[in-house]
Amino acid sequence: MTDLKLGFPGNEKPVQADVPAGMPPPWDLSTQLKVVGKDHPRVDAVAKVTGRAKYSYDIRFKDLIYAKLLRSPHARARLKSVDVSKAKAMKGVLYTEAYDHAIVYAGQHVAGVAAESEGILDDALATIVVEYEVLPCVTTVEGALDEGAPGAIEGRGNLEEGRAQGDLEKVEEAHKQADVVVEAEYRTQVQTHSCLETHGCVCKWENGKLTVWSSTQGTFSVRSGMARTLGIPESNVTVITEHMGGGFGAKFGIDAWDQFCARAARESGRPCRAMLDRREEHIAGNRPDSIQKCKFSAKKDGTLMGGEVRSQGTAGIAAGGANVRNPGIYRFRATYAKHDTVLTNASSARAFRAPGHPQGVFALEGMMDELAEAIGMDPLEFRKKNDANVVRLAQYDIGAKEIGWQRRKKSGSDKGPVKRGLGVASAIWGHNVRGGAEVRCTIGRDGSVILANGAQDLGTGTRTVIGLMGAEELGLSLAEVEVRLGNTNDPVGPGSGGSQTAPAVAPAARAAAWEAKRELLKHVASSLGGDAEKMDLRDGKVTGAPRPLSFKQACGLMSVDAVSALGRGAIGIPPFNGEVAGVQFAEVEVDTETGSVRVIKVVAVQDCGLVVDPLTARSQINGGVIQGVSYALFEDRLLDRRTGDQVNADFLGYKIAGALDMPEIVSIAFSVAQGMTSTGVSSLGEPPTVPTAGAIGNAVANALGERIRSLPITPAKVLAALGGAR
Amino acid sequence: MDDGRIRVTRRDILRGAGAAALVGAVARGDGPEAVPGLRRSGPDAASIPFTVNGKPVAVVVEPRVTLLDALRDHLDLTGTKRICDHGACCGCTVFLDGKPVNSCLVLAADVEGRDVTTIEGLAKGDQLHPVQAAFVKHDALMCGFCTPGMIMSCAALLSATKKPTDEQIRRAVAGNLCRCGTYPHVFAAAREAAR
Repeated sequence: MTDLKLGFPGNEKPVQADVPAGMPPPWDLSTQLKVVGKDHPRVDAVAKVTGRAKYSYDIRFKDLIYAKLLRSPHARARLKSVDVSKAKAMKGVLYTEAYDHAIVYAGQHVAGVAAESEGILDDALATIVVEYEVLPCVTTVEGALDEGAPGAIEGRGNLEEGRAQGDLEKVEEAHKQADVVVEAEYRTQVQTHSCLETHGCVCKWENGKLTVWSSTQGTFSVRSGMARTLGIPESNVTVITEHMGGGFGAKFGIDAWDQFCARAARESGRPCRAMLDRREEHIAGNRPDSIQKCKFSAKKDGTLMGGEVRSQGTAGIAAGGANVRNPGIYRFRATYAKHDTVLTNASSARAFRAPGHPQGVFALEGMMDELAEAIGMDPLEFRKKNDANVVRLAQYDIGAKEIGWQRRKKSGSDKGPVKRGLGVASAIWGHNVRGGAEVRCTIGRDGSVILANGAQDLGTGTRTVIGLMGAEELGLSLAEVEVRLGNTNDPVGPGSGGSQTAPAVAPAARAAAWEAKRELLKHVASSLGGDAEKMDLRDGKVTGAPRPLSFKQACGLMSVDAVSALGRGAIGIPPFNGEVAGVQFAEVEVDTETGSVRVIKVVAVQDCGLVVDPLTARSQINGGVIQGVSYALFEDRLLDRRTGDQVNADFLGYKIAGALDMPEIVSIAFSVAQGMTSTGVSSLGEPPTVPTAGAIGNAVANALGERIRSLPITPAKVLAALGGAR
Repeated sequence: MDDGRIRVTRRDILRGAGAAALVGAVARGDGPEAVPGLRRSGPDAASIPFTVNGKPVAVVVEPRVTLLDALRDHLDLTGTKRICDHGACCGCTVFLDGKPVNSCLVLAADVEGRDVTTIEGLAKGDQLHPVQAAFVKHDALMCGFCTPGMIMSCAALLSATKKPTDEQIRRAVAGNLCRCGTYPHVFAAAREAAR
């Protein structure tokens, strides 16, 4: 048993942990770390600022050809004929395909072309003649549930009822015992991922082996997907993702265009690129919308009682994707939830940064404020009274101080046409700490160090996290460690979903460096004498050796060319706190004459276990907040209700937050020694985007004294809420 | 307020395309790799000579090819990113005769004889441009896809305005969309580079 000190300053907990074999001694609150926990620019920053970083979109060959899919303008149709003969006969066209599946959303592919240039490709696509039998479609939740509405997908009902969770009788009993019961309906919109690098890949065949440069969040899932659909062994597929331009959940596995690209490359014998254009990117994934009917109750003393939510949402033609996370987070006496998915003729939702959470929290936190208002209690006080999470309880105080919560006025009491308001909201996330990732650490005789893993860096800083683990364990600086990432010929790594990448690769990288270090020190001992077990590496030197020795000198003593070790991220220590906690505060300014909302300041306090690199962690928290601001105020996928075609599938019509929309953001990476693995690194990618819209919604309500229960909070909605009167 | 931002409008493009067609009628075409016999008025490809990052180059492209695609697909200068491809995101910002433009809104045929600077031409050898160095230090990048455009916009601001205000910095990158959310660190980097 090992004694560990977990928790955070002010809330330390000694635990005795059974450390699994092969795990380096776990870090805890008493560990003095040299490089981990300090600000470091990300290791691939120079490549990215000079334009040298190569993304899938940038992979070029002299004989590269270009592939694209022709897409249906109709949301529901039968394909009577697809004639690609003219395209096929054009000079410069190398490969075509025509499909005959049922059309169930606008933008679904009907044919594919590969050609020598993008110009020829466009010309060829324009020659394809498609005969559609256009069928009636449904594009909204309400429309799909109308009596006599056509089925989005033939042979299936549009309503896919969710499983009832919780105990309705207990909730009704709790409502009865409560002093106030609040009922309200909240709505959230469809949000598209809007990754700046669109989806897609470049495929190249050589002697029956395929190399895929893929803009993906899961190199290994692309490898297995390609092998499966092409009928070749996975050992014949290499997937490379050195850099990728954002995913946010939309880029796992392989899509129709990836498969077409691989076939076009194989049939033409030339490398082929299929990257979506911006319009296509908007239909390649989204966050489902929601209508949440909520009934919450509380006692006058601030005790939260019943939480009852019935929701409907559409994930387009995808089933089961519309689950919102409401109720949750707080200590309800009883809860009941039923979340239905409604099929519509729209492109499938995909995982989107904290699926189900931002939309659920917008409604949940709105309801919390409505209850607080009804019992006349400060909303922060009300939350603290009903929150059992010790980390979040500490975060409330930090955030409140930083935003100046004591300035919060009674809702609607700010004078003048431009009103300010403050709001708060919370987030939970799971410790997505899973095993399975492996990192190889190789130390060369010249002292060079390589840490390699086949997973990808989405821009989250995975490469830097791995490098810092190696540097810490080997007593080196970050610059002295090389990280190789994004090639499936290297050891297996996770898909970047559920914020699991850093928690998976960090302990694996540390274990690899630790094991390689032990190998190196054995060589030192056999060369110079002494006890390898008593030696260590620190500040570029060997400690405990018979004579002073630098790391490089030690490497020179090896009797082999290199030592190498494979590290696995063993898990074995229970977490200090069962979940990842976060709190955000927002201050807004609402112009009651124009209806425009400006976010002035956001304070985000976010736990992520051990903070490996505070600089890149702050970047990631900023990013979560900014996507939340964008979701709260601007983004809204609009479908033509008649055709199902997205009318704003570009960056002019689909507005994402820009520089002028930026509030002051105070991102606080709140380090907690969580245990779990040898490093205690937990999930960070998703949770910081969870509470932002909820906090903004509450701040707007505080400013106006009127609540807008629908996202995005547009000027039109603000003016409507004010009823035209100031 | 001069924030160094000059953008080519769609109207300019139409004007420019018209001018290119006129030039085409009096075919010159003696670029370094000029292809004889090609007409500049299209629809065939023509050889377009211009300067990129101080070096003379020529691309053989159809009139419909944008400067952005010419840089990426013909000159392998892939640091300039194609993101929205219609002037809505500034991700493809380059300098044309020293002024920032969206290279997706400029036809390659219209840069004949002109001077283009891309992100690859900003550093002097291994010596990063002050804006690039500040971006690294302040972690003003995540996925990095908007980063070249952001840096070009900031560099344009600093060449036009020595001591920009925070408001000028925000306006200089007002059109540069970022999805990861780098803006706060971009502002910090631009402030530092201006010091």
